Amino acid sequence: MILIGLGYGCKGGAATAALASDAAKRVYVAPGEKDEVYAFLSGGFSGQMSVYGIPSTRLFKIIPVFSVFPENGYGYDEETKNMLRTTHGYIPWDDSHHIEASMTDGKQDGRWLFLNANNTPRLARIDLKSFETKEIIEIPNSAGNHASPFATENTEYLMAATRFSVPIPQASVPIENFSKGDFKGTVTMVKVDPKSGRLSLELQILVPGFDYDLSHCGKGKSHDWCFFTSYNSEQAYKMIEVGASKNDKDYILAFNWVRAKQCLDQGKASNFGGEYYRNYLPENQPAISEKLSGVKMLQPKDCPGVMYYMPTPKSPHGTDVDPTGEYIVGGGKLATVIPVHSFSKLMDVKDKPEHRSGMIMDIPILKYESTLAGEVKKPCLGPLHTEFDGKGYAYTSCFVSSEVVKWELGTWEVQQHLPAYYSVGHLSIVGGSSKDPYGKYLIALNKITKDRYLPVGMELPQSAQLYDISGGKAELLSDFPTVGEPHYSQMIPAKLLMDKAAKIYPLEENKHPYAIKNEKDARVVREGNTVRVYMTQIRSHFKPDTIEVKSGDTVFFHVTNLEQDFDIPHGFAVSGAPEMPNLLIMPGQTRTFKWKAPKPGIYPFYCTDFCSALHQEMQQYIRVLP
Amino acid sequence: MQKLLLKKISKMNRLLILGVGLLLVSVYFLPIWHISLDAPQYPEGLGMKIWIDKITGSSTYDLQNINLLNHYIGMHEIVSESVPELLFMPYVLGFLIFGAFVTFLYPRVYLTILGILNIIILGILGMYDFWRWEYNYGHNLNPDAPIVVPGMAYQPPLLGCKEMLNITACSFPSWGGIILFASLGILAFIVWNEKRRMDVSK
Repeated sequence: MILIGLGYGCKGGAATAALASDAAKRVYVAPGEKDEVYAFLSGGFSGQMSVYGIPSTRLFKIIPVFSVFPENGYGYDEETKNMLRTTHGYIPWDDSHHIEASMTDGKQDGRWLFLNANNTPRLARIDLKSFETKEIIEIPNSAGNHASPFATENTEYLMAATRFSVPIPQASVPIENFSKGDFKGTVTMVKVDPKSGRLSLELQILVPGFDYDLSHCGKGKSHDWCFFTSYNSEQAYKMIEVGASKNDKDYILAFNWVRAKQCLDQGKASNFGGEYYRNYLPENQPAISEKLSGVKMLQPKDCPGVMYYMPTPKSPHGTDVDPTGEYIVGGGKLATVIPVHSFSKLMDVKDKPEHRSGMIMDIPILKYESTLAGEVKKPCLGPLHTEFDGKGYAYTSCFVSSEVVKWELGTWEVQQHLPAYYSVGHLSIVGGSSKDPYGKYLIALNKITKDRYLPVGMELPQSAQLYDISGGKAELLSDFPTVGEPHYSQMIPAKLLMDKAAKIYPLEENKHPYAIKNEKDARVVREGNTVRVYMTQIRSHFKPDTIEVKSGDTVFFHVTNLEQDFDIPHGFAVSGAPEMPNLLIMPGQTRTFKWKAPKPGIYPFYCTDFCSALHQEMQQYIRVLP
Repeated sequence: MQKLLLKKISKMNRLLILGVGLLLVSVYFLPIWHISLDAPQYPEGLGMKIWIDKITGSSTYDLQNINLLNHYIGMHEIVSESVPELLFMPYVLGFLIFGAFVTFLYPRVYLTILGILNIIILGILGMYDFWRWEYNYGHNLNPDAPIVVPGMAYQPPLLGCKEMLNITACSFPSWGGIILFASLGILAFIVWNEKRRMDVSK
């Protein structure tokens, strides 16, 4: 108490705001008990995704998506390294911002998660049975895939829009030509196969050269539409901080994707260049990497009614659609109000000339007041993102004033200010971006921690805060440090996923071309200077266990874990192997380690995952002959 | 006594005999015995089932996992192919079923008693054989096994539960075994019932 008192005396204010007195009980999950919710947090600049249990906030797993992962060899082994192929070559890192959960009829269906790569435009699909990245598709004619991957109501499409406008197709033009309209953006419709989840590029739409920031798609009555925020409508290209902040209003782009598809079917899109990779990881087989080229490109002038601009103050960042599909909430990072557009009003006025104030690239600009449903007045400083609890309330994160503001839809009245520690970006409610929020927990994803944890050098962990929003007043329950930058999150009720999780790869279904299913088939096969080792693992040995190769041979270790028991992976590592940190091979899985046999000598190899009482004995030797 | 043995059994009991015959057919499709293994690191449990013609795991991969555990102590791999009794057991069961149908067509008390004796002999031989297999598996261990605990054998119980290292092994009849016992009970009831009816009519 004295310490708390002193802390208060020294610091005061938000940092010591009272916790709900029984908060510890409400986040305590007893040993052996399960959490209620899965929280999937994107890794921001770590390029990964992490899985936490809510309310305990325990970290369960890190899923590598766009970044190599030494823990299990993702991106290094022969099976997965092609997942990171792009037209720029092999890229073992990216900046991953937004997670979208697959939906059926606007509700989470627990099949897949999607994640964007901002730096080298890509989209990934993560399977929620195996919690593994299964597909990565590159987005051509884009530079900075930020407003992505936001799904339509039935996951028909994922939207991806350009953050950095560039000449499209790419060209070396003077940078000042940005303001002359030489730079463009694109909106990409990525089709999701409803059965397999396979991704394909269906259509791109060429849009004015602004910076497209975030997106959300409609639901219910607004099913046909997606909404994209844009900043830098000034098309500034120097000191953008100042130049892009001049206009009182930038825009939310309302995009009718059903209309776009119609125009595509009517042949109004033209063939356009652009090369891209599509990398797909079939179940327990090596990734298939295809280089594809050309997309269908639609010009808004050829497809009237496909797009409208809704002016929104001031450099809008987030755009979020409420569960009914009626309200489109803008988050103007420099704005003093939270503007809310009405979908019904948009439908009423979009084609009436008196409600227009101009055109950009044949896209009508509507008048601000014409689509406005209301404004939340003076809510906070720097409103960014909004999520909904399904009970008529919205929660908006405010970066500058470092808080979450609860307000009521319809009355636009602020109900509550919740301090955040510190600089909150996105926030997430369980199912909060779907038609059917579960509405019990909210997490705020913060950029800065300062005094929250023990200092650990200059770089502090980023953090998330957990609030209970089930009652009348939201209450802070706990905060927890996170992996990477917890950029955005999808939270899914555990009951939707936990029983569907895969436990093993059934050995009889293993179609890996180099799998063996029996110790008797373990062997070493030489083909010229290439040696293939067909190897098996069980607790606690490898077969074959001693191997001889020649210096300079290219050796492929095709290792199959013969176990069929839940949670019995085996590791595989060779001493001094320069390009392979480790392989973690799941029960029934086959993975391949490529090794250039080095100078003559004896090289140990061993299991790295503590598998059994005789784990330390799970080790053998490779002799490299001169 | 002779009179009882040669007595023609009642219509009701004759139908019961038919019932026993039909009930025994189900033993082809049900496990006879069940051994379960419980250990802290197997919260979902491990088990194996003994059928009239095969040995399987309780769930798809249990037998494989039991064999994987057993390889540490040098136990032979448990596979159906190594138990030749499983090849002729279906015929023994067929003989019992055949006997039930014969008794249904030629309903005499002595045939019923023969059936009782057959099941008892089969039961005793079967249990002995089962015990012998358990003994062999539990005692004939590979001396080169990684784990050798001096004086330790790994014979599971014939009936009931037993602690072996950190594993609790339980062995109980499963549905097929219960049906065999029930058949024995029904046949005994028939003989008792016929004797009572004879005594009453005296």
